Amino acid sequence: MAGGIKKFVVGCFEDEAVLFPAVKNVRRAGYKIHDVYTPFPVHGLDHAMGIRETSLHTAGFIYGITGTTTALTCISWIFTKDWPLNIGGKPHFALPAWIPITFELTVLFAAVGMVLTFCYLCQLSPFVKKHHFHPRATDDLFVMAIECTDRTNDSEVQAFLQNAGATEVNVQHAETGWWIGRYDKEQKLYADVEKGY
Amino acid sequence: MSNSFEVPANYKKWTIGLIAAGIIALLYGLIALHPFEHAGHGTGNVSSTRFWAVLLQNSVFWLLLVNTSMFFIGFTTLAMGGWQVALRRVPEAISSVVPVLGIITFVILMSIVWGGRTDIFHWLDKDAVAADKILNGKKGFLNPVFFTVWSAITIFLWWFIGQKMRALSLQSDQAGPMDYETGKTWVNKNILWASFFIVFFGLTVGSTIPWLWIMSIDAHWYSTMFSWYTFASSFVAGMSLIALFIVFLKNRGQLEYVTDEHLHDIGKFMFAFSIFWTYLWFSQYMLIWYANIPEETGYFKIRVQGPYKGIFFLNLVLNFVCPLLIFMKKSPKRNWTLVTFMAVLIIFGHWIDFWQMVMPGTLGEHAELMPFEFGIAALFIGIIMWRVGIYFSKYPLTAKNHPFLKESMIHHT
Repeated sequence: MAGGIKKFVVGCFEDEAVLFPAVKNVRRAGYKIHDVYTPFPVHGLDHAMGIRETSLHTAGFIYGITGTTTALTCISWIFTKDWPLNIGGKPHFALPAWIPITFELTVLFAAVGMVLTFCYLCQLSPFVKKHHFHPRATDDLFVMAIECTDRTNDSEVQAFLQNAGATEVNVQHAETGWWIGRYDKEQKLYADVEKGY
Repeated sequence: MSNSFEVPANYKKWTIGLIAAGIIALLYGLIALHPFEHAGHGTGNVSSTRFWAVLLQNSVFWLLLVNTSMFFIGFTTLAMGGWQVALRRVPEAISSVVPVLGIITFVILMSIVWGGRTDIFHWLDKDAVAADKILNGKKGFLNPVFFTVWSAITIFLWWFIGQKMRALSLQSDQAGPMDYETGKTWVNKNILWASFFIVFFGLTVGSTIPWLWIMSIDAHWYSTMFSWYTFASSFVAGMSLIALFIVFLKNRGQLEYVTDEHLHDIGKFMFAFSIFWTYLWFSQYMLIWYANIPEETGYFKIRVQGPYKGIFFLNLVLNFVCPLLIFMKKSPKRNWTLVTFMAVLIIFGHWIDFWQMVMPGTLGEHAELMPFEFGIAALFIGIIMWRVGIYFSKYPLTAKNHPFLKESMIHHT
């Protein structure tokens, strides 16, 4: 959906120590990095790629105070207006007793809200499929996808990547957005018969 | 960038100034507050009680505070943490104050216990204990002999194990770069002594010592959370002190490998343990408030509804609301000015916290926050600055041969 089919030059790297200078050089050469796929979180890669800081925590803060407000308004309305009960002779407005629940709701709202927001930002969801540039990106390979425009000379980009230390380079026409359905056969993960893995 | 430190004139001036102010306050106390006149529990010579209560509060607070530095080294060692290596000499230097403050604290505690200051520790009064069912039941724990022996063992072992850890670190400066095998043996030795320290720290700061030294002021009252609450208080203040010394050294262009990333992590500790402190503070308060058992609520009656009301809520604002709101975002934890401000605020806040732990049970409504109280605090700050300055000037500021140094240099949060 959404994205449409675009042309990418894909370079695969065996080692993050090679990947970092490659990212730097590719950016300096003015090519547009679509994304870098790594088998594990690589510290500092976001800085190297020049991605801006996420605002996920701001969202988390807003969800959190929403939870706090919900809990406090809800409990105070119930216990002072709607259905006041005498519990152990405590005042109806018994703030200390409400703190644990307020805390829990704050955490719950923040946590659930942030997970959903994260999934939305990354366009992840059950049954949703996205293009994989290389099946080994989830195993032991660092995969860099460079987006091509009309004027990009892709053989030049391929040579550039090879120079930067990529062990495998190819050109792919891929859907950038997500779709619901199946992967094509040749994209099937972990079943590359030709190479035997 | 030099790896050795020369105590600057300004630092010396402040150290001497603070110690001088402290000694003046102490002399004022000795002359004007008649510390050696006796006073019974709850009545009588208030100024004499004030002298000992202030000394007790300050000595225990500052001793526990500097001791948490070795705890910091201990748990980062056990966790095989590498990020803190670039700044490790700072907590080491702070923990080297433990023997000095330990002896001072021990002398003060012994004067209180063997001087029969029943106005501070009610359980010292033998007749009262015999007539009182609750105190009689606690006799096995709250008695002068056990108090003395356990305090002595505690302070000795804090010093001894800490000394071992510091000696290991300094030994690495002599030997030159380590190869893999030497490094492994050295790290294992560190782990061994760090685990001794952590276990003993848990036995003392985590349980018995705050019960003996502070909680026993309110001898009838007890709270099993009290030690953790005290520990959280001293630990967050200890992290703040580490942050202050890092900022100080970095301002002089030293500690070459320490960057924003390291300060950010120290800031995270200050933030996280402020929340942890609040969690314990609140858990202790809420259970007692909810259960509403007279023998427990007495402790909070005087604090929440009595003369300590202002201090009680100030305590919560300083140690919870301020760190929560100011330190929540990433940028303030990487801002050296704000970290300095927050460190001072947190140390002051927890000094106030200890003040409200000690004063209600000893002085009741006669507690004061006057130049005498702040003067005694200045004395202890001066002593800490003096000893830390000596440690910095004696040894290299960065342990360059630590096997994990590289990890600390490239540290990235």
